[in-house]
Amino acid sequence: MRYLPLTADDRAEMMKTIGAKSVDDFYNDVPVSARLKGPVPGLPNHVGELEVERHMTKLSKKNRAASDGPFFVGCGAYKHHIPASVDHIIQRSEFLTTYTPYQPEIAQGTLQTMFEFQTQVAALTGMEVANASMYDGSTACAEAAVMACRVTKRNTVVLSGGLHPHYADTTRTLCEANGIKVIQLTPAVDGELELSKHVDDAACVIGQTPNVFGTLTDLTPVADAAHAKGALLVTVFTEVVSLGLVKTPGEMGADIAVGEGQSIGVPLGFGGPYVGLFTCKSKFMRQMPGRLCGETVDADGKRGFVLTLSTREQHIRRDKATSNICTNSGLCMLAFTAHMTLLGDNGLTHLATLNHEAACDLADALAAVKGVKVLTTRYFNEIAFETMKPADQVLAALEKHDVIGGVRASRLFPGAGMDNVIVAAATECCTAADIAAYAQALAQVLA
Amino acid sequence: MTMNSTGRPTSISANGGSGTDVTVSGSKGLLQAEGLIFEIGSSDKTGVDLPKPKGTKSRLGGVTRGAPSGLPGLTEPEAVRHYVRLSQKNYAIDLGLFPLGSCTMKHNPRLNEKMARLPGFADVHPMQPQATVQGALEVIEELADWLMKLTNMPAVAMTPKAGAHGELAGMLAIRAALIARGEGEKRKRVLVPVSAHGTNPATAAQCGFIIDEINAAADGRVDLEDLKSKLVDSSDVAGIMLTNPNTCGLFERDIKAIADLIHAAGGYFYCDGANFNAIVGRVRPGDLGVDAMHINLHKTFSTPHGGGGPGSGPTVLSAALAPYAPVPFITKTADGLRFVEHHSEAPDSFGRMCAFHGQMGMFTRALAYILSHGADGLRQVAEDAVLNANYILARLKPLMSPAFEGYCMHEALFSDAFLKDTGVETIDIAKGLIDEGYHPMTMYFPLVVHGAMLIEPTETESKAELDRFCDALASIARRAVQKDPSLKTAPHLAPARRLDETRAARSPRLKWTPETPTMKAAE
Repeated sequence: MRYLPLTADDRAEMMKTIGAKSVDDFYNDVPVSARLKGPVPGLPNHVGELEVERHMTKLSKKNRAASDGPFFVGCGAYKHHIPASVDHIIQRSEFLTTYTPYQPEIAQGTLQTMFEFQTQVAALTGMEVANASMYDGSTACAEAAVMACRVTKRNTVVLSGGLHPHYADTTRTLCEANGIKVIQLTPAVDGELELSKHVDDAACVIGQTPNVFGTLTDLTPVADAAHAKGALLVTVFTEVVSLGLVKTPGEMGADIAVGEGQSIGVPLGFGGPYVGLFTCKSKFMRQMPGRLCGETVDADGKRGFVLTLSTREQHIRRDKATSNICTNSGLCMLAFTAHMTLLGDNGLTHLATLNHEAACDLADALAAVKGVKVLTTRYFNEIAFETMKPADQVLAALEKHDVIGGVRASRLFPGAGMDNVIVAAATECCTAADIAAYAQALAQVLA
Repeated sequence: MTMNSTGRPTSISANGGSGTDVTVSGSKGLLQAEGLIFEIGSSDKTGVDLPKPKGTKSRLGGVTRGAPSGLPGLTEPEAVRHYVRLSQKNYAIDLGLFPLGSCTMKHNPRLNEKMARLPGFADVHPMQPQATVQGALEVIEELADWLMKLTNMPAVAMTPKAGAHGELAGMLAIRAALIARGEGEKRKRVLVPVSAHGTNPATAAQCGFIIDEINAAADGRVDLEDLKSKLVDSSDVAGIMLTNPNTCGLFERDIKAIADLIHAAGGYFYCDGANFNAIVGRVRPGDLGVDAMHINLHKTFSTPHGGGGPGSGPTVLSAALAPYAPVPFITKTADGLRFVEHHSEAPDSFGRMCAFHGQMGMFTRALAYILSHGADGLRQVAEDAVLNANYILARLKPLMSPAFEGYCMHEALFSDAFLKDTGVETIDIAKGLIDEGYHPMTMYFPLVVHGAMLIEPTETESKAELDRFCDALASIARRAVQKDPSLKTAPHLAPARRLDETRAARSPRLKWTPETPTMKAAE
């Protein structure tokens, strides 16, 4: 077995040192009825790399990759180009195969990247403090809701009609288990400002911009309304590249801002692992979930970094912890921070501009198709549009033209009366030819 | 023939080489000094070349960014150097034995990385039409099948994103089952041993449960009498959260009795599967009366820890809990595999725990690992992991103090009894190991053992590596008993000396700011 260094002689000699007869001796505490005499039945035995590669490659080829042709799917995960050096960096053994930096003297590499990440995320969002990652945007959103209840000592959270439904459902699951009441507003392409009407007695209102339909909203009026009633504003973004151009959560007065960081550095990967971004005002710092890295000095007075404020965390506070999170998204965080470092402020703004222009081109191309009505008026790189045919049929027909046209709203919000609506995203990866192919195919499908 | 060594000193000079402790560059040989990106980069630099924008009129509707982020960029050579230099300040399993107990730091096969990067896995979108991702669904199904067979459990929730998230899945399923029985309000008490990982009580609390701690017996297992006393009035008991093998590295020999007691009391048995590596292929948790157990793919099944994640925590469920599993899950239809994504299609489900379908990137890696090992190899994994731990226990027993009598499972646990009156503490032993070129063991956990040192070698280590490690740790133990003062200030040879954690927590500095006075590059 290529992964097991002990030889038969080693094993025998070690047994002698231990004074045991057989490895079975070590399992003497296992109830007799639960002892397996040999390998688990019904499963194959070990194979070489070649066989594994053959099998996995065969399975992978049954999937249509985003790069295989025109591709316009967004809704919380976005196809972006990742510089080659990012993957090289995250495959460095010292980053890839190390643990959580509990021993800071031999983990300054990880810790310094965490500190740089926290600084980058705070600057991008315009918020005061960022942690060193959550599992993904949806779980960050759920944790934000629970944290808002802790901060305000209130027990109701309100979710906008444009919040990604997976985020809303994840938040509802965690809130219900905590005895928190969840009010869900009706799905709406452009309804985030409705939140202002539901701030009374709320711990927080949660709005998303750009929302799941692509609509951009300045949530400043919601922040003002919420603060007037002692509620917090939690803002959500699923497309972090938007922050190169759009108004930040900090500029809108958000108390907690969370989002998905996948777009910077992390491949689509069929939904995970991703990297949840979690930020807040510094006065709430000690109520945050997750790991934080802080600056300090070592015994020689040299600058160094450590995990800090861990009295919030489960390994110290146990049932009084702010969250049960332990393992987070370390390596995706590294990918994010490395890609962000390659971009820099100007690079991100440039990238965001290309995304916005691609979406404008897509909107124009689709609007020119007979029977298409674009529903979004303010957007970044994603739009919603309606046709006179059911969206599932339209998307299936587009697939036959090798165009993956987006997500049907009925998959997001079944039974919401949005059967003919499609949400489509365009990034820097979409070429003019891709967009033309989409419009052409759609014209044929709708004809 | 003799080599000309004129002008080439071959021994350390009279000053013992201490003159090289301070260099102009701040670097020390191969160890390069490296500042923060905010000190070495600038916002007009970039490592990404992009086409020129066309100048389309904005449709942002005025929702535009005010102040720029000001974040620095670096060109590719600068960025690569920055991160490679930082990487060299990290210890890693690829460098040597990583004996961090309860963390299962085993080798991460590179084949797994290659498989996860196949475009058909890495470049597919979670929301693209399901007909275009049938291979991805097959991977999930195939891995799920292995996990169910290895545990002899009838169902598995694949979406949890880490161990603690898997615990959440299990406890939410228990909560849903109790609600379905009409006992959701009544049964709120969850029994948790004091030796448990902190995530257990934190998770139970996050589900609205109240924690009732059970004591450990003198042999390091659950105190069965204490457990029974907590079940005298069991009408409010929701269940138990028990790690097996437990955090002392021991198999709970009364596990079936415990399961029976909990079930008779009307509760459910959550098993923390963090230590599954000790028993995979030898024992199936489904044969022990378990109702739910998470499996850390980043432990037993070798997906890389990545400096703190990502993980993946599929959670196997008994028939009693299976109906309450989270969405999404996969069903077979005439048109192939399909996700059940919405609560409305699965009304008994406790709901959704995250966006999309779980940690696909970890599934492909874990499946590659499992296929590589097969049923026979996985059994050998457990046996070698347990053998290695017992070898360490046997070799160090004469010098250190084993916490308990007898053999251990996959990790050897020592107390600090052998350090009594030396002035040396567990942390000093740990830091001494750093100077010897090792990552320290888990220290001060589990809480039931004073000054605990928990050593988990995994099956990755050869006998020669184990001997080298034992020699190093033995020498530190001897130095401790001799009250060697240098241990109190170790490490001396690491990229950093001991760090002031109190200072970091007292006035938290969680991001770089330009005006911060200490912000010059590390010396």
